[in-house]
Amino acid sequence: MTNSISTDICIIGAGPVGLFAVFEAGLLKLRCHVVDALPQVGGQLSEIYPKKPIYDIPGFPDILAGDLVQNLMRQIEPFHPTFTLGERVERLAKLEDGSFQLFTTDGTEIFCKAIAIAGGLGSFEPRKPAVESLESYEGGRGVYYMVRDPETFRDKRIVIAGGGDSALDWTIFLADVAKEVTLVHRGTTFRGAADSAEKVQNLHEAGRARLVLSSNVTHVHGQDSLEAVTITANDGTAETLHVDAFIPLFGLTPKLGPIGEWGLELEDDAVKVNTLDYSTSVPGIFAIGDINTYPGKLKLILCGFHEAALMAQGAYKYMFPDKRYVLKYTTVNGVPTL
Amino acid sequence: MTDEVRVYVEEAPSQRREVVAPTDMALSLMEVLKASGYDIQATCGGMALCGTCHVEVLAGPALDEPSDDELAMLESLPVMTQGSRLSCQIRITNRLDGLVVRLMPQGT
Ligand SMILES: Cc1cc2nc3c(=O)[nH]c(=O)nc-3n(C[C@H](O)[C@H](O)[C@H](O)COP(=O)(O)OP(=O)(O)OC[C@H]3O[C@@H](n4cnc5c(N)ncnc54)[C@H](O)[C@@H]3O)c2cc1C
Ligand code: FES
Repeated sequence: MTNSISTDICIIGAGPVGLFAVFEAGLLKLRCHVVDALPQVGGQLSEIYPKKPIYDIPGFPDILAGDLVQNLMRQIEPFHPTFTLGERVERLAKLEDGSFQLFTTDGTEIFCKAIAIAGGLGSFEPRKPAVESLESYEGGRGVYYMVRDPETFRDKRIVIAGGGDSALDWTIFLADVAKEVTLVHRGTTFRGAADSAEKVQNLHEAGRARLVLSSNVTHVHGQDSLEAVTITANDGTAETLHVDAFIPLFGLTPKLGPIGEWGLELEDDAVKVNTLDYSTSVPGIFAIGDINTYPGKLKLILCGFHEAALMAQGAYKYMFPDKRYVLKYTTVNGVPTL
Repeated sequence: MTDEVRVYVEEAPSQRREVVAPTDMALSLMEVLKASGYDIQATCGGMALCGTCHVEVLAGPALDEPSDDELAMLESLPVMTQGSRLSCQIRITNRLDGLVVRLMPQGT
């Protein structure tokens, strides 16, 4: 089953810069489709610091990163962007007529007239614990590093590992969905959100989730798919548990990933661009935000917003080389809809 | 009183590289390691939020206790040892002289 999408600009990365690019493209009546490897929008702001205030967004003396993302989503709503979340863009091909075809890890294909890479520091990839042959159960065979769709785990026996907020939060959530939930944590305490830790403790006491402290998941077993895991306590005692899914949640860290292999000119893991319109070395492909580099580059949200505006102009010219564009203030006619 | 300290980075078993760090610039160990050419992402710029500056303290003077934020970050990583610290949370002061650390892989 391939999912096929067709749009004007495909934006790779749903960080603040990718989101704002939807707005700037929308003013030029260009439709956008946004793809992100993460299950949620907002890039670094959502993944790393949603609760931190940012002080250098023009017009906002201070704004929480999470709120800025919400505002951006509201701001781009009139343009009805479409999203593919939880899938990484893996490969791209330039077609004969100058348009592009993109492919994601999950087989989605996107046809577009121009590409805006807003990939930040790269796609967020899970930190994986060092457990032998963990990889052989990836790809839907029992090992998951993020929860994209909780329904995947309905009536399943699952083991979650980790000591951070996401391990706690998903234990609480999945306790109502899965048949059996066990949370394995290396330490003895949880320092993240105190109320989540208390909720997990309560679930444990009520017999609705099991909490195993001072322990690690050390082995995974199974034929074609995962069948069991071994949990080893810090004192050396081990138990083997029959499970359908193992979800290690140790946070995510950005890696440049496939973008580095698309034949674009790079410098220090960043895509070189022309500051006239933030075009890359391949006509029709633009790069904005933290992912690009040019003399004087600053990795700031503010700078990415500016780059998005000029990129939209450049993409418009690439698509319609014969049309002339006249700048219109949003104050004149308001925000057009698409 | 000198305004420099020496810390040592264990690059391989029994192979230590000396790094000299100024104490009067309010630097963190993460910043000094980065400036010395070590490949540390430090995505969050030193806010104990990304875990990419994870080091293991192997020997040397006693350090201040880690804050709750630092411990929370360390506990969320796949690997944490007795000596685990976030180098961005270690201030370079005179008391650090002789510290020996090892960089932990960034994926962990
Ligand atoms: C703790 C912290 C504090 C900060 N404070 C400030 C501040 O005060 N002011 C400021 O201006 N900036 C600040 N920054 C920097 C700011 O967050 C970045 O400049 C900004 O996030 C860059 O936005 P972006 O949209 O370019 O990329 P990102 O936010 O990194 O988003 C990129 C997205 O692209 C996705 N992606 C990458 N490759 C692929 C692929 N192949 N397929 C699918 N998806 C992909 C990633 O998963 C990611 O979600 C801070 C950063 C951190 C970590
Ligand atoms: S630099 Fe991010 S945790 Fe230290």
